[in-house]
Amino acid sequence: MTIDYQEKIPNNVGLGEDRRLRRALERWLPGYQRWWREFGPVDSESLDVYLRTAISVEAGGWANYGYVRMPDYRWGIFLAHPEPDRRVGFGMHAGEPAWQEVPGEYRAELRRLIVTQGDTEPASVEQQRHLGKTCPSLYDLRNLFQVNVEEGRHLWAMVYLLHGFFGRDGREEAEAMLERHSGDPDRPRILNAFNQETPDWLSFFMFTYFTDRDGKYQLASLAESGFDPLSRTCRFMLTEEAHHMFVGESGIRRIVQRACEAMNEHKTGEPRAHGVIDLPTLQKYLNLHFSASLDLFGQELSTNAANYYTMGLKGRFRETRIDDDHRLADALYPVPEVRGDAAVMVEAPALTAVNERLRDDYVVDCQRGLGKWNRVIRDAGIDFELRLPRRAFNRKIGAFAGIRSTPEGRIITEGEWDRRQAGWLPSAEDQAYVQSLMAPVTEPGKMANWIAAPAKGIDGKPIEFEYLRFD
Amino acid sequence: MIEFSRHPASYRHWKLTIEGPVATLAMDVREDGGLFPGYTLKLNSYDLGVDIELYDAVQRLRFEHPEVRAVVIASNKERVFCAGANIAMLGQSSHQQKVDFCKFTNETRNAIEDASRHSGQSYLCAIEGTASGGGYELALATEHIILVDDGFSAVSLPEVALLGVLPGTGGLTRLVDKRRVRRDRADFFCTLSEGIRGKRALEWNLVDEIVPRSKLKDAVARCAAAFAARSDRPADAEGIALTPLTRAVTEDAIAYDHVTVALDRVGACARIHVAAPEEPPPRDAAGIHAQGAAFWPLAVARELDDAILHLRANEPELGTWILTTGGAAELVAAADAALMDNADDWLAREITLYLKRVFKRLDVTSRSLIALIEPGSCFAGTLLELALAADRSYMLDGAFEGDSRPPATLRPGPMNFGPLAMANDLSRIETRFLGEADKVEAVRAALGTDLDAQAADDLGLVTFIPDDIDWHDEVRMAVEARASFSSDALTGMEANLRFAGPETLETKIFGRLSAWQNWIFQRPNAVGEEGALTRFGSGQPARFDKSRV
Repeated sequence: MTIDYQEKIPNNVGLGEDRRLRRALERWLPGYQRWWREFGPVDSESLDVYLRTAISVEAGGWANYGYVRMPDYRWGIFLAHPEPDRRVGFGMHAGEPAWQEVPGEYRAELRRLIVTQGDTEPASVEQQRHLGKTCPSLYDLRNLFQVNVEEGRHLWAMVYLLHGFFGRDGREEAEAMLERHSGDPDRPRILNAFNQETPDWLSFFMFTYFTDRDGKYQLASLAESGFDPLSRTCRFMLTEEAHHMFVGESGIRRIVQRACEAMNEHKTGEPRAHGVIDLPTLQKYLNLHFSASLDLFGQELSTNAANYYTMGLKGRFRETRIDDDHRLADALYPVPEVRGDAAVMVEAPALTAVNERLRDDYVVDCQRGLGKWNRVIRDAGIDFELRLPRRAFNRKIGAFAGIRSTPEGRIITEGEWDRRQAGWLPSAEDQAYVQSLMAPVTEPGKMANWIAAPAKGIDGKPIEFEYLRFD
Repeated sequence: MIEFSRHPASYRHWKLTIEGPVATLAMDVREDGGLFPGYTLKLNSYDLGVDIELYDAVQRLRFEHPEVRAVVIASNKERVFCAGANIAMLGQSSHQQKVDFCKFTNETRNAIEDASRHSGQSYLCAIEGTASGGGYELALATEHIILVDDGFSAVSLPEVALLGVLPGTGGLTRLVDKRRVRRDRADFFCTLSEGIRGKRALEWNLVDEIVPRSKLKDAVARCAAAFAARSDRPADAEGIALTPLTRAVTEDAIAYDHVTVALDRVGACARIHVAAPEEPPPRDAAGIHAQGAAFWPLAVARELDDAILHLRANEPELGTWILTTGGAAELVAAADAALMDNADDWLAREITLYLKRVFKRLDVTSRSLIALIEPGSCFAGTLLELALAADRSYMLDGAFEGDSRPPATLRPGPMNFGPLAMANDLSRIETRFLGEADKVEAVRAALGTDLDAQAADDLGLVTFIPDDIDWHDEVRMAVEARASFSSDALTGMEANLRFAGPETLETKIFGRLSAWQNWIFQRPNAVGEEGALTRFGSGQPARFDKSRV
């Protein structure tokens, strides 16, 4: 097989010259394409989509726009530019040169980190595969597909690491990523949050806002890794992840805006009759997705996380900017603990609490978007505020897994939870209502009634631009 | 004080359900249910408390549920089967606690295999999620391991890679000896922290079957049905209740119905006395069933079992156990005959198998065992095993001055020739006279005969036969000398001398595997300040002294 590798698989990893990597990827590619056909966006093969393709890591190289049929999307492999003389930034190896090969003693741990991260990438494509049928606009449909192909590229990035650095085991793991499927009763995805379908566009926007933001924090902490190829891969992925969160943040803002418009227009506090998503329902979806995403950070105190840190494999968010010894041998960090019917903060070894610290950083980041949404509500003169629930609410993992809590963080009985949870989480009726709004709008420039138009289009194009061509 | 009695109604960590001939023992360990404070039992990891419940369940299934022919070990936790022994618990345990814990868990795994092999109650294991370390070792003790093939579920023995110790519950032994996993593959497997999944686990015979998640139930049901079909346990029998033991514990004594223990803290020894039955046994199987837990051989087995466990766990400084008996030899012989004449009855078989396990427990106990055979004692048949299990025995030749009782005798019986085999699969008499078949035959020729001291000495059944003038000094000095030696040296010496003869899976587990493990448990690489067990969970790396010893 002769392939122009730079053309077919844009890369800056010397794919054309690396026989081992080439052989591995050539074998993997047909399986990947089959997976995309079977588990990627439904009925999308003949669509021309105005997509961004990364073709190099130079300025502007990661954002080349043009019409693409998704099966022909050029999934590239890119590492951020190497930092000269990069050093391990934390843990027991701090100060030593960063590793360009996998250290033998950390092989299993690194592989596990890469597989766990990599598994989420195709998972979200699978979760979202039916959404194209009910897009609120061509603009949104294009954004969905952009997110999908980039998640696909992120899988490539992880597979590159497995193929390039982990030998036979790595190849087997790469195969397995195509064999597990979201929600598959026999071979589910590794993390449970990635086994739920994304049933509607409200959920999609919530997912890209909250769950992709977890992805951002995971990637950011892997970008600190002493294993340089992982660090460089994740740094490049973060540029794309930022767009996914933009899709979520702006999508929810547009829904909020539309709800406010309808309330003011019809002078009503209950605008469902006018075919928009009311703010209390939005709050419930927010509660659900925020609490599920908090679980993705794992236990408050984690031996694995501590080991990864000490080994220099996974750091804290913006590790290099933190002013401490980057070893955490004696440092403490506050973590929540349930005592009786109250949550209290206790000091724990900071090393075992790195998950909790990452979760704290994440919560702060989540709050920013809420500020923007609430400004829209305030500007419309409506007395309502979207709030993040407290972290004790609706948790399945960690200190709060065994208790029930109100969104305000008051620990309650199972009975009270049963009586009141429909007021806090989307009820079957709420879901049916949101589902009832999901009808496709595919005329360029038109928006579904429940969502406002975006402020501007993609790549400087107008909102009416034909972001998709149906043949 | 560590208590060994449990009841299913109060299990905290296991759920026992029975449907027809199939029982399911589902592990669902309560995180905050540790036996001691200071650790959390995450991910179905276990401590002694969890294993005591398992032991109770294994025992009750045999006696209370004759209808159960297959036992499924499974997990009620999502995506985790069992993470093995809790590491924080091991890290905070004393050396003695670690060794006792491993010994007890090993005995229970062996009891599981014993049930599969001899009791028509076969164990299988359904693994969904991760079975690591002791979790996989529990699976290895069953006869059929089903692993879900979901790209995630895996079996592993990560002790070497993660903890700097061995899989000490038979894992290494069962891999190569029982499952015949090739040694080079076993070597690779035992250095992988993440273990092996799916197809390769099957190819390497680490498991017996792989199934998709959705087919697990079917596969378990199919295997359980096949196990049930080949069982000879009766379908229509009623089980007997293992009623709570009557036990009075005071500062210096423990009293059961037939077993009493005097605790001599000054002399650092425990005197364990076992009384013969006072009544003749029932004549037939129906009578044995009617007596149930009150039937003397079963009652004695349970009391002795509990006493051994209690003394091991709670009285580590009583380094010598003095074994005595009392009562009528005829009645012990009659009880033995009741068991052997009804050997094809499920309950009689269970009782005999249980007695065998109790004496095995005695064999691997790290205490010096000295049997005293005096006038009024009753070392006959089953109870003769106590003298044969002892490291040394003293039999009074003649009578004590002023004592009108007849001189001491001992009486070999059929029970001493096979049913109560040791871990090496030989009877204690065969082990005693290893390679000397004529001596075994000479004892057999005396079957049912009351042997006086001289005759017993001639047959080699006792160590010394002092007369009443020498007796007190001889016995006193033997006990005092014993107490003066290094307890470690004694433990090692006894463990080496007790098990002459062939190696079996069990002797290797209690000899080779446990000995190496107990050595490693003492080494700085495991328990030093920077050792792997100490450092585990802290996020701090272990530092090893790399020189090979």
